[in-house]
Amino acid sequence: MSNDKLQQAVLSNDRLEVTDSPRLRLDKNQSFGRTLRKNLFDGWKNIFLTIVTAVFSILVISQVVNFVLSNSWDVVYIHLRLLMIGQYPLEELWRIWFALYYASFMIGATWGLWKGAAKAVGLTFGTVYLIFAVIPWTTLNTSLNLAACITLIAAGFVIGHKIEKIKVAVLILWALYIPLTLGLIMGFGGLIDPVLSRYWGGWLLTVILASVSIVGCFPLGILLALGRRSSLPVVKYFCIGYIELIRGMPLIMVLFIGQLLIPLFLGGSTGMDNVTRAMIAYTFFAAAYLAEDVRGGLQSIPTGQFEAAQALGLNKIKTTFFIILPQALKAVIPAMVGLFITILKDTSLVAIIGLADFLGTARRISNNPEFLGRYLELYIFVAAFYFVFCYLMAYVSRYLERSLSTDNR
Amino acid sequence: MKSQKKKATPLWRNKKVVPIILQLAFVAVMGTLLWILVQNTIIGLERIGIGFGFDFLSSRAGFNINEALIDYTTSDPYGRAILVGIVSTLRVSFFGIILATIIGVLVGIAKMSDNWLLSKVASIYIDIFRNTPLLLQIFILNFAVFLPLPRIQEAVGIGPFYLSNRGAVIPWATLHETSWIWLIVTAGYMIASVLVFKWLLNKEMEEGVNTHPFISSIGVFVLLNGISFLIFRQGPVNVSIPQHTGAAVSGGLSLTTPFLSVLLALTIFTSTYIAEIVRGGVQAVPTGQTEATKALGFKSATAMRLVIFPQAIRIIIPQMTSQYLNLIKNSSLAMAVGFQEIVGVGNTVMNQSGRTLEVIVIMISVYLMFSLTTSVFMNYFNRKFQLVER
Repeated sequence: MSNDKLQQAVLSNDRLEVTDSPRLRLDKNQSFGRTLRKNLFDGWKNIFLTIVTAVFSILVISQVVNFVLSNSWDVVYIHLRLLMIGQYPLEELWRIWFALYYASFMIGATWGLWKGAAKAVGLTFGTVYLIFAVIPWTTLNTSLNLAACITLIAAGFVIGHKIEKIKVAVLILWALYIPLTLGLIMGFGGLIDPVLSRYWGGWLLTVILASVSIVGCFPLGILLALGRRSSLPVVKYFCIGYIELIRGMPLIMVLFIGQLLIPLFLGGSTGMDNVTRAMIAYTFFAAAYLAEDVRGGLQSIPTGQFEAAQALGLNKIKTTFFIILPQALKAVIPAMVGLFITILKDTSLVAIIGLADFLGTARRISNNPEFLGRYLELYIFVAAFYFVFCYLMAYVSRYLERSLSTDNR
Repeated sequence: MKSQKKKATPLWRNKKVVPIILQLAFVAVMGTLLWILVQNTIIGLERIGIGFGFDFLSSRAGFNINEALIDYTTSDPYGRAILVGIVSTLRVSFFGIILATIIGVLVGIAKMSDNWLLSKVASIYIDIFRNTPLLLQIFILNFAVFLPLPRIQEAVGIGPFYLSNRGAVIPWATLHETSWIWLIVTAGYMIASVLVFKWLLNKEMEEGVNTHPFISSIGVFVLLNGISFLIFRQGPVNVSIPQHTGAAVSGGLSLTTPFLSVLLALTIFTSTYIAEIVRGGVQAVPTGQTEATKALGFKSATAMRLVIFPQAIRIIIPQMTSQYLNLIKNSSLAMAVGFQEIVGVGNTVMNQSGRTLEVIVIMISVYLMFSLTTSVFMNYFNRKFQLVER
């Protein structure tokens, strides 16, 4: 095996979140019984393994089913609103619904236009909306809004499927999505009343934190990656120092630094709330990791590309931004999605510094004496929610990896 | 024409000057930023009325640490408390790394299995624990699994293990006076059995007769140990088995609930990553290698040991290093359930003494030390397994 291939294997494996799930080795000419025999009961070792695993899985599954059916889930559904949006004022709820409508339509349109992984995203969102719409504990208003979201996904799909020309428009709308909705949810300065960050909470806060740090870490991470490969020693060693320092620290310490030292660094009277400080900490933290991913991409660009750009008379800046960076970023899209999954999971750490994100809200509810000892139901619900979205992202990442791989030319 | 030739390259095109100017500009911008930060910090510290310095480390800590592995009382200084935290981090990381490696390798192998059911179960295990936050797993284990267990008076006994809401008590080895002699003697036996192995292997290679070098060397080792057991009439260590005596469990080693939940969660979470690394490493070895071993008539276990594994390990080790480092860093989440490791202790010290900056500097250096040590250690392994290029 050549060293290049090895390097590539290492790179592609570095942050692969989920890999192909095993499938039955199917052979169309064989009967179902034979397929089963070949996969499960082939030799005494295999039979033994199958029986042990089957007994184990049946035990676990029966425990899980027993748990789900025998417990009353009132602790979850009573606090459903708190878990989802925290204490976001009811009269301002339309802003969140708008963000959801917007997202639903865009997902639908993307699904219609490009098919592929967007199908999984659309189906997952649709299913989650549907589940929340039909469970009896949501209000009629919520159910109607969720139904509208589902309709918008479908409408987006049909429009995207029929009209191919809107591709550019959809991309622009996607690019505007986070600034627009975030501005709406926070409230623009002057245009609409701001909703203070202390009212954000639950899944809403988790998503806001994750998306702000994902968007924020992008420019910083790319600059750091370019800086690390720079020919200027001062810039290079500064970037290496920053990246290695941040990567050597646990996230919780970066959060502490954000909470305790940012006011000190900035002179103490900035009036920055703790959500903003957490966002800054996450952004600076994620940038170091993103820089390493992008560096992997930059390293994978063959020297021929640099030489070709030089031969065409492009200067260094043009070469970097028009030739190298687009290819490098494309190569590391799967790794970046992996990083985004990590960020989404890691936002749960703000529960330690006392913010009421998804996990923090669950923690607070479980401290309520009325629901003492009802930890498992709450945490299982939280875990299921995280799982659905992380797994979805992992699926998308795997899909992108397969469709972007240019090995099989 | 002549005048044009004389004209020197303009300054902004000069290959020697431009980099220097750029770097100077970079230093100027960063320097200004840093200077502002430092100035602000100095002003801020002056306003609170504390200077920067590490003398506070010798003043009395006055808080309790539940699980101190080294002697610690509330009257010990802050420095000692931080040391206790470092030892706790090392303890949970050390056992976590060992357990996560074992489970991870097993799950990775299970996922590669030809048995569909087994590989499916392994893949579900990986998906579930990989796609939920680690902190949530720690919370679930601590609050939903261990805390609802019965009180210590009604501790559940599973064989020699006792489980209660205060944690678990497991059998543990205690040293006695001949332990040291045993250690030296056993080391000697180990060398002897390795020599036997090498000798028999050489013989096998020269004469072509199977001399069973591996089994024989193990036999020698067991036999020698048996003889010394007969001489000493005592094992190398005493095994202390926990006894349930009404209100408490005596003997054995007791592990508290926070420690157990953190250890288990770290183990499970990291094992999913290790499983994928192992699987990826083995599958990255080209199929031609497996086919070649088949053509040469290797048994599948031998092929794995001599051909596939040595190639896979080169891919596995660098990734394993970063997972071990992640585990050490993730152990800082233990503070959320009250297991006092370095960040937890540091946080308490910060709150009590107000020395935020100093404590953070200490914590950063401790973690840098951890990652440097692990990297050095793993780089050594990496070099050892590196393919010798021709």
